[in-house]
Amino acid sequence: MSARYLLRRLLQVVPAVAGIVLLAFVVVHTAPGDPAVALGGEHGDEAYYAFIRARFGLDRPLPEQLVAYATSVLRGDLGQSFVHGRPVAHVVAERLPATLLLMGTALALSSVAGVLLGVFAARRADRPADLAVRTAALLGHAMPSFWLAQLAAITLALGTGLFPVQGITDPRQAWTGWRHALDVLHHLALPALVLAAGELALTTRLTRTGVLEALGTDYTRTARAKGLSERAVVRHALRNALLPVVTVIGGRAGMLFTGAVLVETVFAWPGLGQLMLSSILTRDIPVLLGLFLLVSLAVIVANLLTDLAYAWLDPRVRYD
Amino acid sequence: MPGWIRAFATTKPRVTGGAVGIALTLALVIVAVFAGVIAPVDPFASVAPPLTAPSRSHTLGTDDLGRDVLAGIVHGARTSLLVVLSVTLLASTIGVSIGAVAGYRAGGIDDLLMRLTELVQVVPRFFLAVLVIALFGPGLDRLVLVLGLTSWPAVARVVRAETLSLARREFVEAAHALGSPAVRVLARHVLPNALPAAVVVVSVNAGTIILMEAGLGFIGLGDPHAISWGYLANNAQRFLRVAWWMALFPGAAIALAVLGLNLLGDGLNELLDPRARRVAGL
Repeated sequence: MSARYLLRRLLQVVPAVAGIVLLAFVVVHTAPGDPAVALGGEHGDEAYYAFIRARFGLDRPLPEQLVAYATSVLRGDLGQSFVHGRPVAHVVAERLPATLLLMGTALALSSVAGVLLGVFAARRADRPADLAVRTAALLGHAMPSFWLAQLAAITLALGTGLFPVQGITDPRQAWTGWRHALDVLHHLALPALVLAAGELALTTRLTRTGVLEALGTDYTRTARAKGLSERAVVRHALRNALLPVVTVIGGRAGMLFTGAVLVETVFAWPGLGQLMLSSILTRDIPVLLGLFLLVSLAVIVANLLTDLAYAWLDPRVRYD
Repeated sequence: MPGWIRAFATTKPRVTGGAVGIALTLALVIVAVFAGVIAPVDPFASVAPPLTAPSRSHTLGTDDLGRDVLAGIVHGARTSLLVVLSVTLLASTIGVSIGAVAGYRAGGIDDLLMRLTELVQVVPRFFLAVLVIALFGPGLDRLVLVLGLTSWPAVARVVRAETLSLARREFVEAAHALGSPAVRVLARHVLPNALPAAVVVVSVNAGTIILMEAGLGFIGLGDPHAISWGYLANNAQRFLRVAWWMALFPGAAIALAVLGLNLLGDGLNELLDPRARRVAGL
């Protein structure tokens, strides 16, 4: 990967971030309602509203407001939450670790299991085992994550009692240390498995197609002709087969956040999903805006990392 | 292994998949169009004691207000289909226009349009929709607008790629040489050949849009005046312990609709792309 490619790809982040900030600004400014009334209450007089407009810079021309807004967003200042009375960035940062734990676990589970299943299916192409894996992947891809979560809650949590239905820890126990970690793990199991299922379907499918494609190439024929074991041949094929999988994992950041938010809702997992739900109910717009900006930024960074990983893994990638 | 299972397992999967996809998609359309005939009950009307398990009179049970779950699902199909059709129409119009102009014009305009496409592609649609509905209030119109205005990049990219290669073919050059204006060449000769590839993307996208509409309904952001699958699933959340049927059936309807559209997309893809047929992907 050349320094030139790295620089050009890094520079592409600038318009993407600018576009997102502009979009957020436009959406908020086209919304119905007067922000001065929303901030100051319905029974103020004109002078009071004028004071509020001057105080928050709402009386200045739009381009000036946009610049002020963009500057504070870039500084990490996402405004004050209406409900919590604290900076949005703090409110969001508090909930982020739980969501990242859920997403990270799900991504790790789905990537490892997806590659294994994909290779398993590709080596048995068009036989019943392959057909079963493919059918399962199709179903997994079509199921809404919140439905799978509800079914898991009904059967595995409420039905068998093996898993907790809600939360991240058992409120009746004040465990610390490894007991606490085990408790979190116990609560994490179902939401993570449910969230992983949707991603698993896609990874499996892509790995299977990639391995099959690679197994048809000349270099695998050469590897076979050399008398390599089937295992070694698949290992050769896997290197190239996994390239699309890497791309897709990065490109799915937005969908993974969406899935996490929905799964969190079912299991009352105290992450961004819960925060979003309560902010919708209380119409805490600054928090919802902050969540939109955060997820957008995550998508932009994930895309960047994916492209860099791709260029690093595949020397054929040249930027022009 | 019984004969019929063996027969099913050895049939070309793409034939089976495509047929199932067409059947499920047709079923969705038929249920949505004839909702009033299939389930004459008002989905918002209380017709039985609350939380009755599935029985002969109420096949899929009733919810906490005694509303018929089957009627809710049948009428919810209408909302889903309406949203997915409008979003698809909007996104395809934008995507095909932008893709065609970018691929046909090439050069500076192409660069500009592709930058725009990349920008829109990173927008997290679900979170933008949450923000817009929280600001503007719930309603199908704004939902369609948000999802439509952000779902076109995939279509634009495919149409651009096709147009780019088609624009240099001999039959297109011949049309130019005969003096046809550019718009006519694009509309009559280039686009019809680029559309099959776009149709595949559109049908796979449609599944995602159904999932997204359902997800928004599930977190309580659906249109309160139109019953939807997401709303039913949201309502089920509080009664997981006592009324499994409220959660099971609406979600199954969503899964079947998405499965149908995905299978349809895969079937079309393999039909139209000989390279994919060789690998026989899912």
